[in-house]
Amino acid sequence: MISSFAWQNVWRNKIRSAVIITAVALGTFAGIFTIAFTNGMVNDRIRVIIRTELSHIQIHQPGFVDNNDFTIRMSNADSILKKIKKLPHVMAAGKRIVINSMVASAETSTGVKITGIDPADGIKVSDLNSKLINGKFLEETGKNPVVIGEKLATKLKIGLRNKVVITVQDVNKNIVAGAFRVAGIFRTDNLMFDESTIFVRNSDLVKLTGLGPGEAHEIAVLLDNNELSEKTRNTISAMFPRLDVKDWQKLSPEAGYLVSAMGQYMFIFIIIIMLALCFGIINTMLMVVLERVHELGMLMAIGMDKIKVFTMIVLETVYLSLTGGALGIALGYGASTYFARNGIDLYFWKEAYAEIGYSSIVYPVIDAFTMVYTSVMVVLMGIISALYPAYKALRLNPTQAIQTE
Amino acid sequence: MNIIEITDLHKVYDQEAVPVWAVNGITLSFEVGEFAAIVGPSGSGKTTLLNIIGGLDDPTKGNVVIDGVTINKLGGRQRTDFRMKNIGFVFQAYNLIPVFTARENVEFIMHLQGKNKNERDKRTKELLEAVGLADRIDSRPNKLSGGQQQRVAVARALASKPKFILADEPTANLDSKSTENLLDIMEKLNRNENITFIFSTHDQRVVNKARRVITIEDGAVVSDIRK
Ligand SMILES: Nc1ncnc2c1ncn2[C@@H]1O[C@H](COP(=O)(O)OP(=O)(O)OP(=O)(O)O)[C@@H](O)[C@H]1O
Ligand SMILES: [Mg+2]
Repeated sequence: MISSFAWQNVWRNKIRSAVIITAVALGTFAGIFTIAFTNGMVNDRIRVIIRTELSHIQIHQPGFVDNNDFTIRMSNADSILKKIKKLPHVMAAGKRIVINSMVASAETSTGVKITGIDPADGIKVSDLNSKLINGKFLEETGKNPVVIGEKLATKLKIGLRNKVVITVQDVNKNIVAGAFRVAGIFRTDNLMFDESTIFVRNSDLVKLTGLGPGEAHEIAVLLDNNELSEKTRNTISAMFPRLDVKDWQKLSPEAGYLVSAMGQYMFIFIIIIMLALCFGIINTMLMVVLERVHELGMLMAIGMDKIKVFTMIVLETVYLSLTGGALGIALGYGASTYFARNGIDLYFWKEAYAEIGYSSIVYPVIDAFTMVYTSVMVVLMGIISALYPAYKALRLNPTQAIQTE
Repeated sequence: MNIIEITDLHKVYDQEAVPVWAVNGITLSFEVGEFAAIVGPSGSGKTTLLNIIGGLDDPTKGNVVIDGVTINKLGGRQRTDFRMKNIGFVFQAYNLIPVFTARENVEFIMHLQGKNKNERDKRTKELLEAVGLADRIDSRPNKLSGGQQQRVAVARALASKPKFILADEPTANLDSKSTENLLDIMEKLNRNENITFIFSTHDQRVVNKARRVITIEDGAVVSDIRK
C-alpha cells in the first residue's frame, strides 16, 4: 500500500520526475556504453596481441626474452613442438628463429626484428596472412620471400617483388647478408608492429645463418581458449622445466595491465557518475519533502507512523532512480548490442588509433558483470540519496507541518 | 461518561526568551456525544489546546486523559498508533492527498489500520454517502469545491471509527453556504450516530449550532456554556 502510494507520488510532478529520470537514464546509459566501448577496444587489442603478434604461449631458452640474444636458442625445437602439438586445447604451434637485424632497400635501411617461420605452422599460429593487403604469405617454394608491413614498405620506399637485403650475424659471428624479395605486404592495427617486424621462411634463415635444422629461438603456441593460457602454460612448464614458458599476459605486461586497469577505471567511473546523480536526486527529493510538508504533517497526525513516512520517501526516491536506471541500462544494453554487431567506425581517428596499436572500428562488448554491477549501483544510489530527504521528512513536527502558511 | 479529561493544562512557548503561556491552566472534560465549540480571540490558545488534546503537541504541565489513557505520556510510536485508532482530525486547509480520489483519501487510514478490502469498501461508501458525496467518489480533490473537500476530510476523519473528532477551524476557508452544509452534516452525524465533535471556530453561525460553547482567553477558560 505504501509502495503504490509512493509510486503515485513519483508522478505528481511529471515534468520534474521526468527530468530526473532522464538524468539518471542518461548517466547510466553513458556508464554502460562507455564500459562496453572500452571493453570492446581492450578485447580487440588483446585479440590482436594474441592472434597476430604473440599467440597464447611462447617458449624460449631462459634469458632470450630479455636480450634477444641470437646465441640463446633451443637445439631440439622440433621434438618439443611435437609434444606440445599433442596437448589438449592446442590449436597450433610453430617454431621461430628471431633475429634483430638490418634490412636495406636501394634507398635506405632500418633495424627490424626478423622472424623465421615454417609457413605451414605459421599460417595457423598467427592470422597475419589475413592482414595481407598485397601479395601472398610465405610459400613453401620460391626464392627467399619476405613479408613486411606496409609502414616499413613506405619507409624503405619499396613495393611488392622489390628486393631487400637482410644483414644478420651467423653462427660464427660473421656478418652475412641475403637478398630477399617482397612477397607480401601486411597491415595490422598496430603501426609499431608493422614497422618493426618482418617474416621470412625458417629454412632460408637456417641457410643464411648456418643454424642447425632443429634450432629455434621461440616456440609459439595458440590455444582454442584465452582462459586456458595460464593453465596450459603451467602444464608446458612442468613438461620442460628448463625452458622459459610465458603466457601472453607475461609476454606483454601492457596487455595484462590493460585488462586489470580498465576494470578498475570503469568501476571508479560508474561510482563517479552515480555520485553526481545522487546530488541531483537528493536535491529533487528535498524539494518534494518541502512541498509536501503539510501533507506529511497531516499523514503523521492521522496515524502514519515515522517508519512508514520514512519508507514512503525512500521508496519514492528508489522508484525515481530505478526507473531512470532501468531505462539507462536498457538503452546502454541496446546500443552496445547494436554496435557490437555493426561496429563503431572512428575513421577520423584511424591514424591516431593505429599509432597506439588499436583498431579504429570498435565493437563494444557488454558482459553480465557490468550489467549486474551497474544495476546494483543504481539501487544503492537510490537508497543512499533517499536517506537524507527521508530523514528530513522524519524530523517534521506535525503541528508545524499542519499550520497553514 | 467522560471521554476526555483535561486537568490543569499548561503550555509555554519560548521558555527561555519571552515566555508565552498559550495554555494557562485549563481543566475541562468532554462526554461522549458532545458537539462542542471552542471560541476565543486570535492567539487565545485554541489551536494549541486542540493540538495537545490530539497528542500532536506536548503540554508543559498537566494531563490529557482519553478513555483512561494519558495521551501526553505515550511515546512516539504508541501515540501515533493511539491517534490512528481513537482520534479523527479535520484541518482548516482540508489537507487531502491530491493524487488520491475521494474514495482513496477516505480509505487510506483503513489501509494503515490493516482493514480488509470488503470492510474498507463498505465503510468508504457509507461515509461518502453520509457526507453527501456518493456521486463524487472517484473525483480527485482538484475537481472538488472547498466545501466538498472538507466533507471528504470529515469522512476521512470518521473512517478509522475514532472516539471523537477534533476540528481546528474547519469552516474558516469555506463560504457561508458550504459552511452551513458542512455543519448540517456534522450535526446529523452527531445526532444520528452519536459522534463526538470538538471544534474551534471564529464563525458566529458555527457557534450558534454548537450545543456547548467554551470560550477561552489568554489560554484560560472564561466561560463554558451548555445549551
Ligand atoms: N510554535 C509556537 N511557538 C511560539 N509561540 C507559539 C507557537 N504556536 C503558538 N504560539 C503562541 O501561542 C499563542 C496561542 O496560539 P494559538 O495558535 O493556539 O492561538 P489560536 O487561538 O489558535 O489563534 P487563531 O484564532 O489565530 O488560530 C499565541 O500567542 C501564539 O503566538
Ligand atoms: Mg488557531
